[in-house]
Amino acid sequence: MAMLQVNDIHSYYGHIHALKGISLTVDKGEIVTLIGANGAGKTTTLKTISGTMHPRHGAITLDGEHIEGLPPHAIVMRGIGQSPEGRKIFGALTVQENLEMGAYARTDKPAIARDLDFVFTLFPRLAERKFQLGGTLSGGEQQMLAMGRALMTHPRVLMLDEPSMGLAPVLVEAIFETIQKLNQEGTTILLIEQNAAKALQVAKRGYVIETGQIVLQDTAENLRKSELVRKAYLGEM
Amino acid sequence: MLRRLSERINATDVVMFLIGGSILALVLVGSVATLTSGKYSAAQWFDLIVFGVALGGIYALIALGYTMVYGILRMINFAHSEVFMSGPFTAYFLADAWGRSGFLDENPVVCLLAIFVLAMAISLIVAVLLERIAYRPLRFAPRLVPLITAIGASFFLQYFFRGLYGPNIKPYPEIAALKPYLRFGDFRIQYVQILVIVAAALMMAGLQLIVQRTRVGKAMRAVAEDKQTAALMGIDVDSIIVLTFVIGGALAGAAGVLYALMFRQVSFIMGFIPGIKAFTAAVLGGIGNIPGAMVGGLFLGVIESLGPSLFLDGLGIPAPQQLKDAIAFTLLVLVLIFRPSGILGEKLAEKKA
Ligand SMILES: Nc1ncnc2c1ncn2[C@@H]1O[C@H](COP(=O)(O)OP(=O)(O)OP(=O)(O)O)[C@@H](O)[C@H]1O
Ligand SMILES: [Mg+2]
Repeated sequence: MAMLQVNDIHSYYGHIHALKGISLTVDKGEIVTLIGANGAGKTTTLKTISGTMHPRHGAITLDGEHIEGLPPHAIVMRGIGQSPEGRKIFGALTVQENLEMGAYARTDKPAIARDLDFVFTLFPRLAERKFQLGGTLSGGEQQMLAMGRALMTHPRVLMLDEPSMGLAPVLVEAIFETIQKLNQEGTTILLIEQNAAKALQVAKRGYVIETGQIVLQDTAENLRKSELVRKAYLGEM
Repeated sequence: MLRRLSERINATDVVMFLIGGSILALVLVGSVATLTSGKYSAAQWFDLIVFGVALGGIYALIALGYTMVYGILRMINFAHSEVFMSGPFTAYFLADAWGRSGFLDENPVVCLLAIFVLAMAISLIVAVLLERIAYRPLRFAPRLVPLITAIGASFFLQYFFRGLYGPNIKPYPEIAALKPYLRFGDFRIQYVQILVIVAAALMMAGLQLIVQRTRVGKAMRAVAEDKQTAALMGIDVDSIIVLTFVIGGALAGAAGVLYALMFRQVSFIMGFIPGIKAFTAAVLGGIGNIPGAMVGGLFLGVIESLGPSLFLDGLGIPAPQQLKDAIAFTLLVLVLIFRPSGILGEKLAEKKA
């Protein structure tokens, strides 16, 4: 059975019907990517899974247990971590404090310390800047911090909303390497990307979303070959 | 060249600077005249400063409640002055009974502790109920709505406690142990003022420690910055908001007891003036900024205490002490003109608010 299962969810912003029946599954150990144009509903899907928004219809289950309708902090505690769109670093908190916030709901001190070490080995740049305020980090460093902070929730499913957004090509490369490395170490990942080419390289499966609906789903390999994806998202003629 | 300059400076700025400049000039002339007249002795100045610091400490404790709630909910909790009143007004009955029986003067430490605990508990409960009943349902309403609700809640609480405890001003018992003065040479400080200053300093230091060092303190700062993202970290935002009201309420209750000990009276409207002053102090320091509220409170207390004698006496104004509130609010207007973000505040425009 799928670890994370999203079943026909409908989400609204006031009267705007942003998600019109999204269904997707993420299996344990997979990287699944959700690609789509601006405004298609990718972020809204993540917000609905994380409990920031509640769906008006539909169900979301994690390991078979319903999580739709739970408040976001309860969903984090059940094992879904997120690096939100736009990084959303706490600017007035230090790098270390930002990471501590990721572990806020956890009580297992030794495991928290282990995860902190893990994040610092993953991103040595953050270790060097432990006591620097989050707001003074560069864009790339903030992205690392956002991912590190999500990792500190010790998620079973990690959701990343455009982790390569606005980064120089070298850093994009590094971020994708990190995503693969995390996955190899056992983290299940749901990845949102504008950079469809890259996303489809690291992902096992993918979904294409258009105006609030899934229009295509397949293995990453097949998606790379599909005409729709090549024309609309890989920029090929 | 000249035209560029005139384009950049507009007429209101000029008028504002003229007003500000003339007030500053008056203050300077007045101060120099007072100081050269030698009407006040050093010991008298010292008295005024100590009184100002004690009063400022009380303002600061109340201001912290305004500023912390603003920091997290971006609203002014106008009912905070009633949170301040509810605790010491309730504890009055305990203090009065013990005062009459003589128990208060036999065991002043135990009694004071009990009075503080009771007052802080009542203020805290009122603050939490206020959040739960009046503000939480309006969390996502337009910003004007909770503001008006706060004003309504303020009146409701005033008249609720008036109905509960009566409309009269009640005299807080005097505690014999707090009456003596600590003297060194010509200078003196009354014990009650020492208590007020030390208690306020300890509570502010404690708060600073909580906010900067503890897990929940960091969570409070995270929630103040971005509630949605804080929730994605596993922080229960509602409980952090409740905690903010708990801390603000307890500090206001303690401030209320200190106020009652210094001025020895309580009533259902006792919160009004100190509440406005503390709000002024919070704005002076930079609303939303915790050290700012502390600095703003002390600054306002000292200016209010020193100002009338220092600035006005030398100008030949009769009964200058009656103008202390005018000085406090003139200061507020000046700060709003020249530094709208407050003494320690960042520019409001830079905040995402
Ligand atoms: N807070 C909001 N209020 C109203 N409408 C919104 C809000 N947030 C998003 N929308 C609308 O919902 C739709 C989906 O937005 P969403 O943010 O999920 O898109 P996205 O796929 O993440 O796009 P992008 O790639 O640009 O991040 C868009 O039409 C958007 O305008
Ligand atoms: Mg998006």
